[in-house]
Amino acid sequence: MYKYDQYDQAMVDARVEEFRDQCRRRLEGKLTEDQFKPLRLMNGLYLQLHAYMLRVAIPYGTLNGQQMHALADIADRYDKGYAHFTTRQNIQYNWIKLEEAGDLLADLAKVEMHAIQTSGNCIRNISSDHFAGAAADERVDPRPYAELLRQWSSFHPEFSYLPRKFKICVIASEKDRAAMRLHDIGINIVRNDAGELGAAFYVGGGMGRTPMIAPLIRDFVPLDQLVTYSEACLRVYNRHGRRDNKYKARIKILVHEMGAEEYTRQVEQEFAHLLEQGIEPPLAELERIKPYFAEPDFATGLPDRADRSDPDFALWIDRNCVPHKAAGYVSAVISLKPVGGIPGDATSAQMRLMADLAEEYSFDECRVMHTQNIVLPHVEIGRLHELWTKLDAAELGAPNLDQIGDIIACPGLDYCSLANARSIPVAQKISERFAASGKGEALGELKLKISGCINACGHHHAGHVGILGVDKKGVENYQLLLGGSEAEDVSLAKITGRGFDEAGIIAAVETVADVYLDQRQDGERFLDTYRRIGMDSFKEALYG
Amino acid sequence: MKILTGNDLKSGAVVWWDGQGWSLHIADAADAGENAAEILAREESARRVNAAYAIAAELTEEGPRPAHIKDRVRALGPTVRPDLGYEAAARNGWDWVI
Amino acid sequence: MADSDLGSDLGSDLGTGRDEVQLRFRDDVMPDGAQVTVDAFLEQADASAVRIEPGDDARDLLPHLARITLIEINFPVYGDGRGYSAARLLREHGFTGEVRAVGDVLVDQIAYMRRCGFDSFAPDQPLDEADVKTALARWPHEYQPAADAAPPIWKLRHG
Repeated sequence: MYKYDQYDQAMVDARVEEFRDQCRRRLEGKLTEDQFKPLRLMNGLYLQLHAYMLRVAIPYGTLNGQQMHALADIADRYDKGYAHFTTRQNIQYNWIKLEEAGDLLADLAKVEMHAIQTSGNCIRNISSDHFAGAAADERVDPRPYAELLRQWSSFHPEFSYLPRKFKICVIASEKDRAAMRLHDIGINIVRNDAGELGAAFYVGGGMGRTPMIAPLIRDFVPLDQLVTYSEACLRVYNRHGRRDNKYKARIKILVHEMGAEEYTRQVEQEFAHLLEQGIEPPLAELERIKPYFAEPDFATGLPDRADRSDPDFALWIDRNCVPHKAAGYVSAVISLKPVGGIPGDATSAQMRLMADLAEEYSFDECRVMHTQNIVLPHVEIGRLHELWTKLDAAELGAPNLDQIGDIIACPGLDYCSLANARSIPVAQKISERFAASGKGEALGELKLKISGCINACGHHHAGHVGILGVDKKGVENYQLLLGGSEAEDVSLAKITGRGFDEAGIIAAVETVADVYLDQRQDGERFLDTYRRIGMDSFKEALYG
Repeated sequence: MKILTGNDLKSGAVVWWDGQGWSLHIADAADAGENAAEILAREESARRVNAAYAIAAELTEEGPRPAHIKDRVRALGPTVRPDLGYEAAARNGWDWVI
Repeated sequence: MADSDLGSDLGSDLGTGRDEVQLRFRDDVMPDGAQVTVDAFLEQADASAVRIEPGDDARDLLPHLARITLIEINFPVYGDGRGYSAARLLREHGFTGEVRAVGDVLVDQIAYMRRCGFDSFAPDQPLDEADVKTALARWPHEYQPAADAAPPIWKLRHG
């Protein structure tokens, strides 16, 4: 993975000092809260329902053991012994003190980490495929391009006061494992007819209040124009994005209101101008970055199957281990969704274990999924049983990848001042219900996503089954949505009808699962059955 | 009643106006009544509190109970982590929140 | 003679006076003359100073850069970052006159503004001089080229 050189380190260190200074000025009263808020947000520091919350960046979800250890230490030293992995591959701490934030950031800087631009109206963490470098179907590892864009977007003097937040995703495969089409800019590294690599740009996707799928703006940008084209996209947005209404300020609204064609025309015009400004890094810079993501020294002649005599282990291999491009290896998914647990949360002890496991079993690398699990990207099949035993003992071995128990949930009203309803208790109860009945296994792939408010941090629009928490006259209420997908078959979920209270939504999910079990054909997934039979049967079962 | 809540500027802890200062315990929350805006402005500019606002609450046997569930969660802590909640949670149980 | 005296014939005088310019990073004489709106400027062949509001398109000025000595760019609220694109664009098109940031400008924006081509500042609230010095010395490098002369990090890496 990428390692800082002296320049990267100097920039992160400078940012720590800048933030310390801003905190000092706030505490001394030289900055009001209104003045300080955008500045602290650009360092990932929120004021939430219970305390300050800090969001630490995990660039394209990639971490090494030393970094995961540091994150565990931070949880113990500055927080309450745990942390939350997010739907943008980052990590959040919920109980931070402002007066300690500077020291925390300094500790992060020591392990080449930071909280730069994880909030605020600027370019956020650039996400990518959590199986990058391991997936057999990728054209190339997308992460060098994500790293190139990460540096370009860091401390960008022109784009730090955008109309709204800006989220970029980079993948390099036909399969979309990173919800690329639901980003402000989604980039797919593709090959043209001549076999050359380039970038397909999708601009104007997003979830939130008004979910939209990003249209294709340019099908092929040569790799040596990647930064320039991105800059053109941002400049048109900075210029024209709405500033009058926070809820209409994302680029998806601009592209939608202007029309993709007109937006593209303006981008191409700006692009032509910017090409003359010499702002693109030389290809040598990409060539410098790529070796950091070179394939590890995979062993050969390895066993290609494990001893499956332990049925629990066999189940876990079948569910949570994903085929790898190298013979004898898999990518193993560590579930942060134990039955009845808080999705995406990990204790510092669990984090330390995962750090050690990454070091021992996966070439010192792990990944954060946007679905709030952790990936060990390169694990020898022959060592899986040993690995699984350790995961199982630490409650990290739930065999539920992409099943109904693998719930994506935002922190919701338990933590978030924006929320209208609690999401975690709903997730816990659904998880318990389906585990107890054994139906979870029978349902197969069923992606359930829960958001506690319309900001959709739980990605409910992209759930095969989505749940949205709302405030109904001061009482928590839940809307049910069906048929969303974040993959390459991207679609936005549709609401079923009137909402439910907590008991009602859990029963509703069971009802919907039963309709599927009743109607499915030929090994269809839930999503496939829904797409084949439509909403009516589900509505009928739910509302009579 | 109208009570005031905010965060301690340095620590971020949730605090409640008790009539003279800011307490960590909702049981101490005092009715700010007509003076809410004035108190908020004064306390914020003196940096004795941060991001404070007024909320509706009813006075119950156990003390002030915020009218809105969000503020009750704020008072007691995350319902899913009672080990992290404030002392009131141990005393009152979760019925008080929901 | 106060600048505001010049304004009456030229439409509304929006500009900042000499006294309000707290920081200036140019050696030449500070331009006199009232700053007028973009619309007014386009109608007045002899205007040499103009003020851009966030909603204006700086590109409207491109045919006239030769006669402009001062462009003020207003930041009514510091979170509205359109002025950064306006300034940088003007520099990209070769404007060498004064580009002044006026309005809600905090010391925390100065460094980025300098990089976008601003060379004078008339903030609504005066900035602490020590904070300004610190802010301008804060960043040892920059990741991306902008309107300033400093080489981006990739240039330092590869020459």
